[in-house]
Amino acid sequence: MSKQKKFICGDDAVAEGVRLARPHVISAYPITPQTITVERLAEYVEEGSLKAEYLHVESEHSALSCAIGVSSVGARAFTATSSQGLLYMAEALPYASGARLPIVMMNANRSIATPWNIYGDQMDAMFLLNSGWIQYYVEDAQEAMDMMIQAYRLAETKEVMTPVMVNIDGFVLTHTYELVEIPEQSLVDEFLPPISMPENSMSLESPKSLCISAGNDTNMEFNMKQHFDMLNSEYFIEAIDKEFGDKFGRYYNGMLEGINMDDAEIALITTGTVTGTTRVVLKKLRKEGKKVGLIKLRVLRPFPVEKLAEVLKGVKAVGVIDKNISFGYEGTVFTNVNSALSTMENMPKTMNFIGGIGGRDITKEDIEIAYEKLFEFLQGEKIERVQYMNVRCDY
Amino acid sequence: MDRPKVKGWSYPKSIDQFPMGSTCKSDHLTSINAGWRTVKPVIDQEVCINCLKCFLVCPDGAIDKSSKELEIDYDFCKGCGICAFECPVNAIKMIEEVK
Amino acid sequence: MLKLNAHTITNKEYFYGHKACGGCGESLALRHAMKILGENSFAALPAGCMAAVSFIYPNMAFTTNAMITPFAATASVASGIAAGLKALGIENTQTIGIAGDGGTADIGFQALSGAIDRNADIIFITTDNEAYMNTGIQKSGLTPYGTKTTTSPAGENLPGSITQKKNMFEIVAAHGITYAATASVGYIEDFLKKVQKAKDTKGTSYIQVFVPCPTGWGYPANETVSLAKAVVDSGLWYLAEYENGEFMLNKNPKEFTSAKDYLKKQSRFKHLNDADIEYIEEQRDKKWEIMRRKWNY
Repeated sequence: MSKQKKFICGDDAVAEGVRLARPHVISAYPITPQTITVERLAEYVEEGSLKAEYLHVESEHSALSCAIGVSSVGARAFTATSSQGLLYMAEALPYASGARLPIVMMNANRSIATPWNIYGDQMDAMFLLNSGWIQYYVEDAQEAMDMMIQAYRLAETKEVMTPVMVNIDGFVLTHTYELVEIPEQSLVDEFLPPISMPENSMSLESPKSLCISAGNDTNMEFNMKQHFDMLNSEYFIEAIDKEFGDKFGRYYNGMLEGINMDDAEIALITTGTVTGTTRVVLKKLRKEGKKVGLIKLRVLRPFPVEKLAEVLKGVKAVGVIDKNISFGYEGTVFTNVNSALSTMENMPKTMNFIGGIGGRDITKEDIEIAYEKLFEFLQGEKIERVQYMNVRCDY
Repeated sequence: MDRPKVKGWSYPKSIDQFPMGSTCKSDHLTSINAGWRTVKPVIDQEVCINCLKCFLVCPDGAIDKSSKELEIDYDFCKGCGICAFECPVNAIKMIEEVK
Repeated sequence: MLKLNAHTITNKEYFYGHKACGGCGESLALRHAMKILGENSFAALPAGCMAAVSFIYPNMAFTTNAMITPFAATASVASGIAAGLKALGIENTQTIGIAGDGGTADIGFQALSGAIDRNADIIFITTDNEAYMNTGIQKSGLTPYGTKTTTSPAGENLPGSITQKKNMFEIVAAHGITYAATASVGYIEDFLKKVQKAKDTKGTSYIQVFVPCPTGWGYPANETVSLAKAVVDSGLWYLAEYENGEFMLNKNPKEFTSAKDYLKKQSRFKHLNDADIEYIEEQRDKKWEIMRRKWNY
């Protein structure tokens, strides 16, 4: 049978992935640039190609709260949001993760007000790194679709039982059209069987109390258990990605992908779509004989501490591209990377490149400059450790 | 008497034994409320007309009507005294708890 | 329909061993609601007294499925539960949201409105004790005029709360909800009947039940039920239903008992002077004039 390909945008791809994952209930509130996804899903439900209940909620807080209710009885829930919407539902995120409800959410990464802006950066999801949700960042529409399927498989894995947020860059990915291969439903059904009743579900057979209180005599242990299981989910992220690759022919290398890392002297670390641009620059610089590499961080929680240290062995300087600012400090990914690298015997020098804020382009030229700065930095030149990309005035 | 009973529970020996997620079995009482009382209701079965008003008004459901005579679950009665206050024939007296 | 009273309702308790204060009116309402709804119910409760006293690990007071929701999200979580159960084909269940006055009329208002708009198949019960009790008696949208709370102190300049109790019952009815009612734990049989009606209703139903709080209102704990009766008899609360687009007064006292007697039993109203009470009675009479003119009874 010939493989079906569709020319669709990132949001469409997410909707295709969700349809293939067969959720029982969808609850979502519209927000740019997530809207196309929830419009498509409403159409699928209307035409009957997705047999799900579509709940029209009055806010993002209710969108996730409905999903919490759905998931609490062992049904498969989907929601999607972005930016202010993600922040509005923020209170409910730890409710879901604390109760270990395997909800999957798409977050279209978008700038945070104020100043108001609808375009893409990753400030929104970075706010919620500590929410107890697994966080994926994807590079293109194909990966966006594939990760919706992987996300459910991961979230519902008995040992994981943790909600998953799949982050896709606003506009650059949500609204950009690409050729996407749509897998056979039957193959997806084999890879992602119907959800089996999790042990923490409310049910008539075994009534449960959920989202309970735990005082200072037990609270720490509840939180530690959640933390340990999240740490252990790294194993399942890798295993599920491998199994997905074996079945569908597309491997994403689990927690992170290293490109040209074998002999690299310097490397850039990216999350999301900027990876694609960096791949192009990398090819050019490699042709010029420069020993440069690239690491695409696919998962920020759990954080791939050992894998990152392993892939950076022998690398002398690393730059982290951050599409966010933690005000008063630096880029958030940079902070996380530095902490991970401090476990290395010979820690590389590190630099931070903050860019893409409010949808500002990160061009091939900007990335080439970043690689150049890393070389200069390596050669001992005095350069500010935190750099800002594509700034349009003096600072 | 048909009232939920306190179950034995001991602190988990390891993190693995904690519930997965902020969850617990329902119908899982591990401590009684008897210590809250300063006064306790006592039903004079001779006076009681079995109107069940006390059964109806108890916020704790501590009065059981399954037997011929009404029974009070003193493990969970908090001694609020609504039953005595509402009893139409004054069949319930609030007696001081002796500690 | 079987007459619901102390003799006919089940002896079984589904909400038991909770840590609410002695004499708590809210837990009395919850106890009876659960008796009617039974073991196949799924309860969603936001932050508030009932959540705080029922789920303290490892002591669980519900014998049925129950969960704490985000404060604003009682109706949303309940709709999600109902939708999830329906999608899984699990039948003969009842999903119920139980929120306090703040969890209904203030922070939970938006989600409740959304759920009614979707006609979610849930029962929403408001246990109305007229202030935020769990946090220490602060004013809510359902705190009546002249109430002393910790955030509406009464003094030389203010008589306590200066706003009227938000009219939640009619606001809910204005959504075109299938069934809505008011009730009081002073009239428990009436409340039981209304919960049963809500249970038999397909779609969203709403019951606002008046529940005195001895701790927050300052009265002896044994007077909870009698105060809840007095508030209805004095006309400061009313028993009503909204069904098929029409309002119905379930109790229309020929003569009100003394509002002053009701108010003065509680330390939250101790400071009120005769003029304040006169004003409260005037507002009451206005409301009753409209209800008697426009509603069935």
